[in-house]
Amino acid sequence: MRVTCTVNGERQQADDVREGESLLYVLRERMGLPGSKNACEQGECGSCTVYLDGAPVCACLVAAGQAQGRDVVTVEGLTEGEDLDPVQEAFVEAGAVQCGFCTPGLVVATHDLLRRRRRPDDTEVREALAGNLCRCTGYEKILDAVRLAADRAADRVAG
Amino acid sequence: MDFLQPTSWLDALAVKSERPEAMPIAGGTDVMVELNFDVRRPAALLDLTRVPELAEWAVYDGRVRLGAAVTYTQVIAELTDRLPGLAIASRTVGSPQIRNRGTVGGNLGAASPAGDSHPILLAVDAEVEAASVTGTRRIPVAEFFTGVKRHALRPDELIAAVWVPAATGPQQFCKIGTRNAMVIAVTAFAIALHPERRRVGTGFGSAAATPRPAPEAEEFLSQALAEEGLWESRAAPRDSVVRRFGELVADAASPIDDVRGTAGYRRHGLQVMARRAFTWAWNDYRKA
Ligand SMILES: Cc1cc2nc3c(=O)[nH]c(=O)nc-3n(C[C@H](O)[C@H](O)[C@H](O)COP(=O)(O)OP(=O)(O)OC[C@H]3O[C@@H](n4cnc5c(N)ncnc54)[C@H](O)[C@@H]3O)c2cc1C
Ligand code: FES
Ligand code: FES
Repeated sequence: MRVTCTVNGERQQADDVREGESLLYVLRERMGLPGSKNACEQGECGSCTVYLDGAPVCACLVAAGQAQGRDVVTVEGLTEGEDLDPVQEAFVEAGAVQCGFCTPGLVVATHDLLRRRRRPDDTEVREALAGNLCRCTGYEKILDAVRLAADRAADRVAG
Repeated sequence: MDFLQPTSWLDALAVKSERPEAMPIAGGTDVMVELNFDVRRPAALLDLTRVPELAEWAVYDGRVRLGAAVTYTQVIAELTDRLPGLAIASRTVGSPQIRNRGTVGGNLGAASPAGDSHPILLAVDAEVEAASVTGTRRIPVAEFFTGVKRHALRPDELIAAVWVPAATGPQQFCKIGTRNAMVIAVTAFAIALHPERRRVGTGFGSAAATPRPAPEAEEFLSQALAEEGLWESRAAPRDSVVRRFGELVADAASPIDDVRGTAGYRRHGLQVMARRAFTWAWNDYRKA
């Protein structure tokens, strides 16, 4: 079947999609967007997190056909041209990236959190990132990165 | 495999009657795991995410009609006041990503003994509205679960909604797991106080083939509270009453040993959760 949807602001089309195929597979293998990672295919790790109509979801658990006509934003869509999103910058600067497999999902989840809460406390951060596993960093640097990104965003708003 | 995408409720029912073997998919958080791992190869998927009626809720006469495809995130954001117990349970489901997609109708459809919405739905005597082209019926939640991952729907039926009475008193839900997020409950318990009826409702999960209420425990505690005039005085019941309540809840279970825990641990956990959940709820009642 054919699936057409908006991905990172552009209309994308994929042909010969299998009916049981996931949105994650379509993004990675048919649309050339390998940013979202496939690490478990069962919703446990969060490394495939994308926005679907504005809500973060596991792309591995969305049937491709369910994305027909919908709006998808992947980690690739957070950059502005060559410029990284402040959340991405903070992850790099805080040393929150080791092997990097979990990073795209964590970046999208953090991006969503900071849209909703300008100054999340640690409990809120842990809650918001509870669906994202990292096997390398031990999470402390990730929490640092989220705090850094929140500080930057708050500074920018304060001007 | 076919991918069927009705855009209205009537179309969805028509499709289900023509293709009873089609597997409904709402949030996909159970279905997609099975497809990704090739556990199942249904002849057709029936996507319910384009049926707007299913994603809505409304209140009629003190009862919330919760569309089958209302997500946990919606329950938490929109229904914490009317359905506090379901909202507490919803907060414990998976992760934000799972709660953004996962639905109460899907939880019922999966009919897992560990489904986190089930204990509170039992405790408040919710009803499942099942529909087909030939009509609509309401199934009490206690009769909905017929076995491990089995339910009372006919092949041509879909879940339209769940009817959940708006809370008239405090409600609580607790679940035991190895960590706070992303766990299948080792065992879970819900309680609802119904002060206007002088009744206590219960439900538990992961401690029998299906989620179940604990009727003897409900009867015992409701009577004990009434006999001592505690609904009126709002005083605390004796410790022995609370302890007996916990024992009766555990007696209603028939748990098994499995990788998540032993039967003995589950019984013990249920006793402790029943005592605690009641105490929290009663403290809320005393303050109200
Ligand atoms: C990582 C992860 C963590 C999870 N954590 C929890 C947890 O903590 N607690 C918990 O209870 N569950 C948990 N789950 C399981 C799942 O998220 C829930 O059962 C959820 O409620 C399923 O809803 P859904 O809309 O995604 O269902 P789907 O996967 O779309 O469907 C589930 C079942 O219901 C059927 N169905 C769906 N809608 C209807 C309808 N309207 N009529 C008839 N049948 C229907 C489907 O055919 C299927 O059999 C978890 C899942 C994952 C992947
Ligand atoms: S690959 Fe989707 S959650 Fe792990
Ligand atoms: S950096 Fe390797 S999994 Fe997180």
